[in-house]
This record gives sequence, C-alpha cells and structure tokens, in this order.
Amino acid sequence: MNIINNNILSILTFLPLVGVFFLLIVPGNDDLAKNNMRRIALATTLVTFVFSLVMWAMFDSTNPGFQFVQNHSWIGDDVIGYRMGVDGISILFIVLTGLLMPMCVLASWESVQNRVREYMVAFLILEFLMIGVFATLDLAMFYVFFEGGLIPMFLIIGIWGGKKRIQASYKFFFYTFIGSVLMLLAVMAMYWQAGTLDIAKLLQFEFSSESQYWLWLAFFASLAVKMPMWPFHRWLPEAHVEAPTAGSVILAAILLKMGGYGFLRFSLPMFPEASAYFSNFVFVLSIAAIIITSLVALVQEDIKKLIAYSSVAHMGYVTMGIFAGNMLGIQGAIFQMISHGIVSGALFLCVGVIYDRMHTRRIDAYGGLVERMPKYAFAFMVFTMANVGLPGTSGFVGEFLVLMGIFQVNTWVAFGAAFGVILSAGYALWLYRRVIFGVLEKENLKAILDMNPREMAVIVPLIILTIFFGFYPAPILDATAASVEQLVNQYQMSLGQIGVLADVAH
Amino acid sequence: MYHAILFLPLIGALVAGLLGRSIGHKAAEYLTTGLLMVSALLSWVVFAGIFFGSGGEAAHGAETAADHGFMAAEAVKITLFRWIDTGGLDLYWMIRVDTLTAVMLVVVTTVSSLVHLYSIGYMHEDPHRARFFAYLSLFTFAMLMLVTADNFLQMFFGWEGVGLASYLLIGFWYQKPSANAAAMKAFIVNRVGDFGFILGIFAAVMMLGTIDFDTAFAHVADMDGQTINFLWGQWDAMTVICLLLFLGAMGKSAQFLLHTWLPDAMEGPTPVSALIHAATMVTAGVFMVARLSPMFEASPTALTVVTVIGAITAFFAATVGLVQNDIKRVIAYSTCSQLGYMFVALGVGAYSAGIFHLFTHAFFKALLFLGAGSVIHAMHHEQDMRKMGGIKNKVPVTYWMMMIGTLALTGVGLPFHLVSDALPNLGFAGFFSKDAIIEAAYGAHTEAGNFAFYLLVIAALFTSFYSWRLVHLTFHGKTRASKEVFDHAHESPNVMLIPLYVLAVGAVLSGIVFYDSFFGHADHVQAFFLGSIVVDAEIIDAAHHVPTWVKLSATFAMIIGFIMAWWFYISKPDLPKALAKQHSGLYAFLLNKWYFDELYDFIFVRPAKWLGRVLWRGFDDWFVDGVIVGGLARRVKDVTNQVVRLQSGYLYHYALAMLIGVAALITWAIAAGGLLG
Repeated sequence: MNIINNNILSILTFLPLVGVFFLLIVPGNDDLAKNNMRRIALATTLVTFVFSLVMWAMFDSTNPGFQFVQNHSWIGDDVIGYRMGVDGISILFIVLTGLLMPMCVLASWESVQNRVREYMVAFLILEFLMIGVFATLDLAMFYVFFEGGLIPMFLIIGIWGGKKRIQASYKFFFYTFIGSVLMLLAVMAMYWQAGTLDIAKLLQFEFSSESQYWLWLAFFASLAVKMPMWPFHRWLPEAHVEAPTAGSVILAAILLKMGGYGFLRFSLPMFPEASAYFSNFVFVLSIAAIIITSLVALVQEDIKKLIAYSSVAHMGYVTMGIFAGNMLGIQGAIFQMISHGIVSGALFLCVGVIYDRMHTRRIDAYGGLVERMPKYAFAFMVFTMANVGLPGTSGFVGEFLVLMGIFQVNTWVAFGAAFGVILSAGYALWLYRRVIFGVLEKENLKAILDMNPREMAVIVPLIILTIFFGFYPAPILDATAASVEQLVNQYQMSLGQIGVLADVAH
Repeated sequence: MYHAILFLPLIGALVAGLLGRSIGHKAAEYLTTGLLMVSALLSWVVFAGIFFGSGGEAAHGAETAADHGFMAAEAVKITLFRWIDTGGLDLYWMIRVDTLTAVMLVVVTTVSSLVHLYSIGYMHEDPHRARFFAYLSLFTFAMLMLVTADNFLQMFFGWEGVGLASYLLIGFWYQKPSANAAAMKAFIVNRVGDFGFILGIFAAVMMLGTIDFDTAFAHVADMDGQTINFLWGQWDAMTVICLLLFLGAMGKSAQFLLHTWLPDAMEGPTPVSALIHAATMVTAGVFMVARLSPMFEASPTALTVVTVIGAITAFFAATVGLVQNDIKRVIAYSTCSQLGYMFVALGVGAYSAGIFHLFTHAFFKALLFLGAGSVIHAMHHEQDMRKMGGIKNKVPVTYWMMMIGTLALTGVGLPFHLVSDALPNLGFAGFFSKDAIIEAAYGAHTEAGNFAFYLLVIAALFTSFYSWRLVHLTFHGKTRASKEVFDHAHESPNVMLIPLYVLAVGAVLSGIVFYDSFFGHADHVQAFFLGSIVVDAEIIDAAHHVPTWVKLSATFAMIIGFIMAWWFYISKPDLPKALAKQHSGLYAFLLNKWYFDELYDFIFVRPAKWLGRVLWRGFDDWFVDGVIVGGLARRVKDVTNQVVRLQSGYLYHYALAMLIGVAALITWAIAAGGLLG
C-alpha cells in the first residue's frame, strides 16, 4: 500500500503508456486485432480511472498543501526535477480525465474504423500528457506536458476529423502554439529570477513588481487562448466541428480546463499584484465572452458549433470567478470547470450519437427525434438543462457561486454576466426544439434507432453525475475547499501588503 | 408526514417517467394520481392542525398584535441534507412548514390531485400519457419544494423546477410548432424574471449576510438607512433587493411587461393550464412576496412599485380579456388580471388578503379551466367561442359548474353585514377575497392605493363582462357550431366531472369559511398566520372601516358588467360586431393584446439575432479570421517567399546562418537574463 501511496501520481501518469506498449505489440490489422486494440485501450483507461479514484479516496481534503509528493533532482541541483504532487485545485482534473477517457474509447468503438491502433495510441498518449499537466510540480515539465498535448490532438483532428480537418488542425495548433511561445519566455524569465522551476518553491517566491506584469501577460497569452477567452476563441468552433466525437469531448472537457488551471496555479498566486491590476480587463473579456458568444451561439446552424460557442460562454464564468479572487468565486470556478467537463463532454457525446447515424451536424437535418429516440431525448434534455444552469443540475452550482462571488466584487460585472442566464436558455432551448421536437417528417430519419447499450453505458453515468452533483456538490467543493482557502488567503494577504505599502508611500 | 407530502409526487414522477413504458399507461396514471391524493390528504391534515390550533392561541397572537416588525414565525423545520457549503455559505435542503406553507400545500396538492384525476379522462386518447403524468407529478414536486423552502436558493430551485415542468408541459404536444414556440417563450420570459431574482438573492446575501429566511429577516431591522453600491450609484439597500426579487415575481406571475408568455402557454393541454397557469405556478410570485414580506415591509418604494404594477396588470389584462375569442385565452387573461389583484393586496401591506385571494382563486379558476376543458372535450377540441353557443343542454353538468366558477370569479355575494353587524355576509369565494383587496387598496390611503382602487373597480366591471360573455357565447343563444360537432357534443365522463364537483365546493365555500382567518379581525389573522407573513393590523382595520360606497363599489361594478354582457350578447347580439367596426382601432389594439408581442419581437428578438449574426460573420469570421489571422498568414507567406530565395543549396551557408542564429540567441539570453536577474 505504501508503494502505491508514494507513487500514485507516477503510476497514474504513466499507466496509459503501458497501454500504448501493449497496443503496439498487438499483431495484425484485421477486425479481431482491431477489437483487441479497443479492449486494451478500454482496459487501460478503466484501470487509470480506478487509480484516480483510489487517489481521491486517499486524498486528505483538510490538508491545503501538496500531497503524494515526489521530488527528484534531474537537471541541475534545483533547476528542473521530476516533481509530482497534487492539491485540492488539481486533483479533480485528474479524476475528470480518468472518468472521461473510457467514455471516449467507447464512443469511438464503432465510429473509428481506420487506423484504430494509431488512434488509440494517440488517445492514450494524450491521457498521459493531460494527467501530467495536472500532476507535475515542475514548471519545465508542466510546459512540456502542456505543449505536448497539442501534438496528439493535432493528429486526432488532422487524421480522423471531418472534411476541413487539415485547416482546422493547423488553426488549432498555431493559435495555441503562438500563445505558448510567450509562456516559454516567461518560464525562462521566472527561472532567472527565482533560480528554480520547482512550482512549490515558486509559489513562495515573490516576483518583483515590475516583472509581474510582463510575466502575467505572457502567461495570459497562452492561457487565454487555451481557455479560450473572447476574442481568442476563433480556433475552438472550427476544431470542435472537425474533430471526431471523442476529440471534441477531450477538447471541451479537459484541454480547455488547462487554461483555468494555469490561471489558478500560476497567475493568481505567483503574480498577485498583476492579477489584481488586470482583473477588470479579465472581467470585461469574460462578460464579452458570456454575452457575445451566447448571441453568436443563438444563430448557429451546426450543432457542434453551437455547443462550442456555448463552451466559450461558460468559460467566461470560470475566468470571472478566478479573478474575483474570493472563496466563492474560485470555488465556483473550479466547480464550473468540473461540471462543464461533464456536461459539455456529454453534449458532444450526444451529438456523436446522432452523427454516427446520420453523418451530418446540420441542425436543420434533424427534427422530431423524440418520436423515435425517447431515451436520447431524455438524455439530451438533462444536459441541455445543465447547460442552461438549471438548479438541481451541476451546471447551476458553479454559475451560482461564481456570480455570487463576483457580485461582492463588482455589481456591474455580475449584472452583465447574469444576462447569460437569459441567453443560455435562448440558444439551448432553440437547439433542443429544432433537433428533438417537431414532426418527424424527414424520410431518412424515420428509421433512426434509439441509443444502444454501449451508448447508454457512456451517457447514463454522466446523467447520474450531472444530477447528483446538482443536489449534492459537497464531494467536489469539500475536496477543493482547503487549498482554495489557502490560495485566497495568500492572494488577499499579498494584496493587503501592497495596500499597506501604498498607504505608507502616501 | 412532511417527507411524504413532498416526496410522494417525486416518486410518482420518477416511476411514471422512467418506467412508464414498462408498467404501462394505466399503471402510471393510477400510481401518480394515487400518490398525489395521499399527499393531498396529508396536506389537509397539516392544514387542519394549524387551522384548528389557531383558535386556542388567539391570545398569544394578540400579544404581538401591535408589533409590525419581524416576529419569528412558528415553523416546523426539517433538515434533509447538505447542499452548498463553502465560502461562508451554509446551505441545506430543508422542509419548512408554517401557516403560509400549509395554505400553499393545500392549494397545490388538492388542485394537483384533482387535475391528475381529471387528466385520466381528458388525456385518455393520448399515446404519451405516462410521460404526461410524470411531468404533472414532477411539477407538483418542484412546486412543493418551492413552498417548503427555508432559504432563497431552495426557493430558486423550486422556482426553476416549476419553470422546467411548465416548459415540458406547454410543449407536451411537440408536433405542434406553436406549442414548441410557446414553451420556449414561457421559459425564456421567465428567465428574464429570474435574472432579477438571482441578482436579488446576491444582493440580499451580501447585505443581510445570510441565505436562510429567518436570519435574513432578523437582520432587516439593521438595514435602516443602509445603502448598497449597485451599478452606477448608491441606493437604499432594501429597495434594491426587493425590486430585484420582485422582477422574478413579475416573470413567474405574468405581471405587466413580463406577461406575454401566459396567454401563449394555453397551447398546453387544458389540465396543465388549470394546474400550472391558473392555480399554482403563476401564484408563486405572490407567494414569494408574501414569504419575504418582512423584507418588503422595509422598503415603501418597492411596495409602491408592487401596487402599481399589480393594478396596471389587473386593468390591462381585463381589457384584453374583453375581446378574445379563444375560450382558454379569456380565462388566461382573467388569471393574469386576478394575479394583479393579489399583488395590489401585497403592495398595500395586506399580505393576508393577497394570500386569501390566491387560495380562493385557485379553486374557482381551476374549476373554470377544467370546465373549459370539458367544453373543449365535448366540442372535439374546438376552442374558438365563435364556433360554440347553445350547448347548455348538451353539457348540463359542465354548464352549472362553469356557472359556479363564474359566480365565484365575478364576486357575487350579498353584503348583509352592511345592513346589520349581526348578519354575516353571504357569497361565493371571490366575493370575499376580491372585496377584501379592493377595500384594502382604498384603506391604504396612499396615492398608489387610490390609483389601484379605481383600476381594480374598473377591472372588476370588465371581469364580470368577459366572464358572462364567455358563458353566453359558449352555452347560450343559438349554436354557431357545425351540425356535426353540435350533434356529437356530449357530457364528459365522471372521472372528469368529480374534480369539478370538488372544486365547485371550494369555489362556493372557501371564501365564507376562511374569511375570518385570512381577513377577519386582525387578532384572528395574526393568530392564524403566527408570524409566517407580516400581518399589519392597521391596514386590516382600515380596510374594514372604509366608507359604504367603497364596500359596494365592487358589487356594483359586477352588476353593471353582468347587465352589459346580457345586453351585448343576449338581447342585442349584433351590437358587439357593430361596435368593433365603429372602433376598429381600439378593437384591434385590444385583440392584439396591446401589440406587446410585436413590440418585443421588434426590440429584443430581432436585434439579438441580428447582433448574433453580425458578431459571428462580421467579427469572428471576417475580422478575426480574415483580416487578422489571414493577414498574418499572408505576411508570413511574403516573408517565407523571401527566405526561399536565400536557400542556396550549399551546406555551409546553412551552417553559417545557424551559427549566427545561435550566437544571437545566446547573446540575447545573457543580456536579457542579466537585465532581469
């Protein structure tokens, strides 16, 4: 038990690579071999998920610091090291990754028929990199994982994507890469100041005031694109539309969360002064994201594009909550990220269900599905309502906490963001009405089948989680509370010091 | 017991909804109906305990009679489990039962169980009955969560839950585009109200420091003179909080400006209209203001707004009701108008009168809707009154039930009390509750109260007119229905008539029996409500001592309306047409509901879509993608074209270039590192 306890993060991170190894040695390329590959991928991701749950069970939620820490020097004495550890802010993202990966494998079971081996390898490597992002405590390793994730995603969109996949994958790559280059420069600058890339030490280090602003902006360039914040979001709808179902799920559920995680891990605690300085700027962009992208979502004709735009709007709540800098805001932001991971992942899976049948994502190609697909209609309704933020679904809790937190900081921002309450109902119900309701009159839809057991196995757990966390969000909120409290206290304290200094100066 | 009241409907909803296909329609119908009846029975037990318990505690109530301010309510509170507990929030799922809740429990479960029963008959041909009953029970559960809430957020949960159920039920016949549109409209317009509600909750939590009711009410006293920084200025804290919350109430209760969804909601099956859009959900706004009465009391401005909006709604909806031709729309506008009455009562501080009207209105309006449903059922789903008429003898039971409902709605009664103090007033339910509101409005002796008084009296005249118009057009005179429809018109089965009988009993008796508890002597009212709402003895006394002409005004208005309807539709049936032609502008204005739908479409819906398209095609696609990214790509291409020319093919050229590059990078790193380090 002790061995597991001490190495759980390494196990989790590298387990997917074990699966990759087995995938590579499966002989042949016939149907039997393909099935074996799918089973290997499923087994690997399931085991990883179980380990992530084990880790959550062992996690001490009263301890705000890093747990399961591993720290080995690697390059230089104190420069780059093999450093692992999680706290309340990061742990749930690992669990979320673990949860969604088996579903992605299941969702690709029949829809991906060519290059199955490569596809599964790409996904498992992606999982390795995603878990690494959240588990590592070394800034250099973080950067490698953070950027590394681009490559498998680039390939997944570019090889298994839709018609305009090449253009979309390049756009995805360049947008995120250009931002990241600036972050790399910032990482170097941080090393020159602090003399280490150990995140735990960097969190204690006080960066000089002048440099904070530049470092913040450099991180912002990368994280805002990843998030994505308005107006850096243009790559997302395209990437979603062209990506295969599982790719969209991962993109929306996990990759976007890296942006929010970065803000929480780096921007807020390491550059508090700059964060406070730029917070109004972030608020404006967040409101713009909520209102503008909601309006844009209202007029979309492609199901995936609509959901992608709604993702941008929901991420607006996250950035807003993070930079509210209070307990409610940040707790809400983390909850919103987890909840959005479940709900938007589920929505993309739902789109995948009908895409697999009809091979189109155009909204006007559907209508009246409830007639033939009552189970599907029910699932879609649950996730639509969670997307709208109906109380009793997980979508509500995060939005509510964020808005409440921001109201205490700035009522204008809360006022603007609350328009999302109206607009989200507009686009989500409009979508539901056109796809699910109405008369089933299109010839090719008349023989459409309801969800099969494999699809149910993917969707039902997500329905249960969506509703469960809506009524009882405590497991998530409790896990994050201690670490967030520490973060908020430190943030407020460093701002307080600045305030005191400013007072003295006057 | 409280658990059972609350969760039996939920169990019914889950079983019927998830297992409906396996257990069959019959089982789903009987199960949900049976569970709700148990729930209703238990609610009456709770209510009886409070009603009969209150007499003995009259003395206790009298002690605090002079106290206008906050007095902790005597309430049963049951904690279920933790909800949101972080960052200073300490939120639990709770069941709170006090007098106000008990009144609502009775209303909700009674009407709901009767509507369930009625629907067994009304929906018997529908292929999706199990789903229908699941929705009905789900609605009931959400509504019960709303009325048993002990904090703002659980109330908001119920609030949104009933909104969801309403959305699902209005759009129940999903093949009808009009039903789908109406369902969406209902949800979105309600969300506009929720926008205010949720901001109100934030403001209340920020200022009062807590999210549960009793503690928040206790802190209201400290709010005197406190201001809140909201948007561009400093405002009186309680006024901002209450007005924001009231916006939510306006949405849910279809008050003026946010009323447009209610008439359209009639696209849903008629039992739904009776349950949700007459008796229960639309009264949630009234309930909310009454529940938060200790907060509203602290803001005279907010109360004035409540009064004025209520009065305008009562008048506006009544005018529109005068000319509608769809039998359900007439009743829908009537509901809207009656909700306005309730808000006036709340606004002038006579909270108990508002709740009283809510209570009686639930019976007679549900009766009218279910009666209308019975008519529609008889006429093969015809709803246009111009194609009815003369079916009195075809559906005698329905006819008499509708008569009782009409008598109750128009407020027919005999004010014996004016003749001698020893004699009691006699009358139908609406007579007691509506007159109470009109008297309270006058008795308030404020400008807003007077304004409301006159509008309400005129509205009472209109109410009487459109109600009798409905009766005449539907049942009296010569039929205008096709021969086939008329010949096949038939009375509804017993399963649909029994609920009518029960509701008729309520429409006759609920006023006279409960008048004393709701609006009798102030001490009795206080003893009944036990602090669950603010009971202002002054306004109740003032209402009881208004001049006689005020007391008679509503009755006169009712009589005039009756006579005019008789004149227009029985003695001179050609008159309405001639009049409509003569005043075609006014007629069109009323028929088109003051053109609110067109106005909103023009100023909200179209600009939103246009803006969305511009931001998408213009900003995202053209500006960001085309100009910035595309432009960047073109520049890069230009540069690379230049670079291509540098490719000479000689290895040493490349090596030299790399060397220079590395040297430059290192130089820069050292220089920059030195500067920063």
